[in-house]
Amino acid sequence: MKALLFDRIDEPGLNTLAVYESRGGYQSLRRALQMTPDGVLKELEASGLRGRGGAGFAMGKKVSFLPHGSLEKYLVCNADESEPGTFKDRELMQKTPHMLIEGLIIASYAAGTACSFIYIRGEYVQQADILDAALAEARDAGYVGERILGSEHSLSLVVHRGAGAYICGEETGLLDSLEGKRGNPRLKPPFPANQGLYQGPTLINNVETLATVPAIIRMSGAEYAKLGTETSTGTKLVSISGHVQRPGNYEIELGIPSREIIYDLAGGPPDGRTVKCWFPGGSSAPVLTAEDLDVPYDFDSLAKAGSMLGSGAIIVVDDSTPILDVAMKVAKFYSHESCGKCTPCREGTNWTVRMLERIDCGKASPMDLEIMASVQDHIIGHCLCVLGDAMAMPIGSMIAKFRDEFEAHMEHQRLRAPAPSGAVA
Amino acid sequence: MSAAASPRGWDLPADLDKDPARIPDPATTAVPQGLRSEIESQMASYPDARSAALPALEAAQRVHGWCSPEAIAQVACVMGVTPASLDAVATFYDMLETEPVGEHSVYVCTNISCSLRGADELHAAIRAAADGDPAFNVRAFECLGACDIAPMASIDGVYVGPLTIADVPQLLDDVRAGRDVLPDKQLIRRSCADPEASA
Repeated sequence: MKALLFDRIDEPGLNTLAVYESRGGYQSLRRALQMTPDGVLKELEASGLRGRGGAGFAMGKKVSFLPHGSLEKYLVCNADESEPGTFKDRELMQKTPHMLIEGLIIASYAAGTACSFIYIRGEYVQQADILDAALAEARDAGYVGERILGSEHSLSLVVHRGAGAYICGEETGLLDSLEGKRGNPRLKPPFPANQGLYQGPTLINNVETLATVPAIIRMSGAEYAKLGTETSTGTKLVSISGHVQRPGNYEIELGIPSREIIYDLAGGPPDGRTVKCWFPGGSSAPVLTAEDLDVPYDFDSLAKAGSMLGSGAIIVVDDSTPILDVAMKVAKFYSHESCGKCTPCREGTNWTVRMLERIDCGKASPMDLEIMASVQDHIIGHCLCVLGDAMAMPIGSMIAKFRDEFEAHMEHQRLRAPAPSGAVA
Repeated sequence: MSAAASPRGWDLPADLDKDPARIPDPATTAVPQGLRSEIESQMASYPDARSAALPALEAAQRVHGWCSPEAIAQVACVMGVTPASLDAVATFYDMLETEPVGEHSVYVCTNISCSLRGADELHAAIRAAADGDPAFNVRAFECLGACDIAPMASIDGVYVGPLTIADVPQLLDDVRAGRDVLPDKQLIRRSCADPEASA
C-alpha cells in the first residue's frame, strides 16, 4: 500500500508552501475549482470517506446536509484532538499543514461556505504556530481569501486556539467555545448542519478527514473507494500507545487484522508480557481482549466485536497492570472533564470514581460492582452529549470482561483493610 | 493568594448585597496598549467579536501571569462585556489560571497511555524537584496528545519525552537558565514512527 497522508511526511520543509507545491500540492484545489461544487460533492460521496474524528459518519453525506442558497454558512475543522491515546492530527498539522488547508478549501467549495475556522486545542502551541505560518503563506499565494485562483469562490480562515477542555472536541461544545463561551454541549436537534456556529448552518470535520480530501480529488472518489473494505474505505492513521515497543502513528489500509498493527507495526508488548486488554479507538471505546486481536481494523468489524474504531487510537495494556488501575484512570479523566450540565454524567462519573476507590481501599462488597455496572447503564443515552457514555462504555466493558479480577482485588483489599471501629466480628 | 482572598469559585458564598459588576468604564480602566491592540485585532478577525474571549484571556494571562480580577476587568473593558461573563469562561478551561501561579508551566500528562509508562512517578519526581521554586507551575494534566513519547510533559508549550526521572534535574535547569529544554527529547524533532512514511 502506498501512503496517502504520510507519503514522505518527514521530508524537510514539507510544512512550507514551496516544498508542498513542489510535490503537487494545491493541484487538487485547482482541479476542484474547475469542477462544479456538486461535482466535488459527488467525488466525496463516491469515495465512501467516513469521518475520522470518532463517529465515522459519511463525510459526503454530511456536506450534502447543509442547506443550499446564499446563507451565512460555516466550515469548522475540529482540531481539538483530546481523546486519550490520539495524536494523529498533531503529526499531520505539524508536518503537512498545507494538506489540511488544501482539503479544507476544497470542502468549503463543495459546501458553499465562505467562512471557516480551525479549532485547535490550546496545548498544541507549536502546531498552531506552524498552522498560522502555513495559513499566512496560503493567503499570500491566493489560496485563501477573495476569489481564490480567479474563481467565484472566496474563503476566510482563522486558526482558533482552545484553552484546555476535552469537551470542546464534542462538536456543539466546540461551537459554544468558538463563540467565546464555556464549552457546554447543546441540545440536538437542531443539528449543526441546520443551526451551528452563530446560529448558521455549519459543517464540522476532523483534521484527518479534511486532509484526505486532496487525495480523493487527485485519485477520484471511485479509486479511493477501492482501498480498504466496502463500508470502511481508504487508509486510516492509527495512533498506537501504551505497552507496545514502537508507539507512534501508522497509516494502514482499513480492514487489516488488528494484530498486524499491534504486533507487526508497533512491536507488541515488551518481551515476556502478553496483551491483557486494548482500547481500539481511544479511551472511550469498550475494551477488547487478546481473543479479539484478529478482528479486522475497520468501523463495522470493531462495532460487531462490541467496540468501536473511534478516533483510531489503540491503547495496549499488558498483563502487568491491574484492571482496577486502568478503570480508575479512565473514570477520573471523564469525571474531571464532565462539563456538569447533565446530571447522569456529572454525578455518574463522580460516583464511579468513588466506587472504584472503595474497591481499592477494601470497603466494597460484590454488590458494589452491580451498582457500578447499573450506574453505567443509567448514563448511556441520557445526556446531551456522549461524554458520560464515553466513560460508561469502557468501564462497563471492564466490569463485564474482568469481573473475576475486580472481585479478587476487592476481597484481597478487604482482608488487608483494618476493620471499621465498632464493627461486629 | 488564599482561597478566602480570591473572589471566585463555586464553593464561595456570593455577596448578594453587592451590585453586579457592570462593563468596566473605559475612562477609569487602564489597559496596557499592547494588550488592548492585541484584543482588538482578535475581535476584528471574527464575524462576532465575542468569539475573541479565549484568545483575549490568553493574551491577558500572558501579561498578568494569571486571569486576575484586574486582567479580567481589562479584557471586559476592551471587549465591552461584563467581568462575570469572562469569569465564567476563565473557570472552565484548564489552561486559564484563576489563581496566581509560577511563570513556567510544566504540564505532566498523567492520563492512561503515559501512566502505563510511569507518568505518575515522573509527576511526583518533578513536583518534588520543583518544590519551593516559585518560578514553576507543575500540574498533572489530562492527555496532551503525545502518547508516542510517553511519559511526557509540556514545558511552556514545548513537548518533551519520553522522560525518565533522571531527566528531571536537567529539565528544570534548562528552564531556569532560559535554555532550549532537553533538545534531544523534543517532539518537534522526531520522525514519524511509520516506516512507510519515509520510504
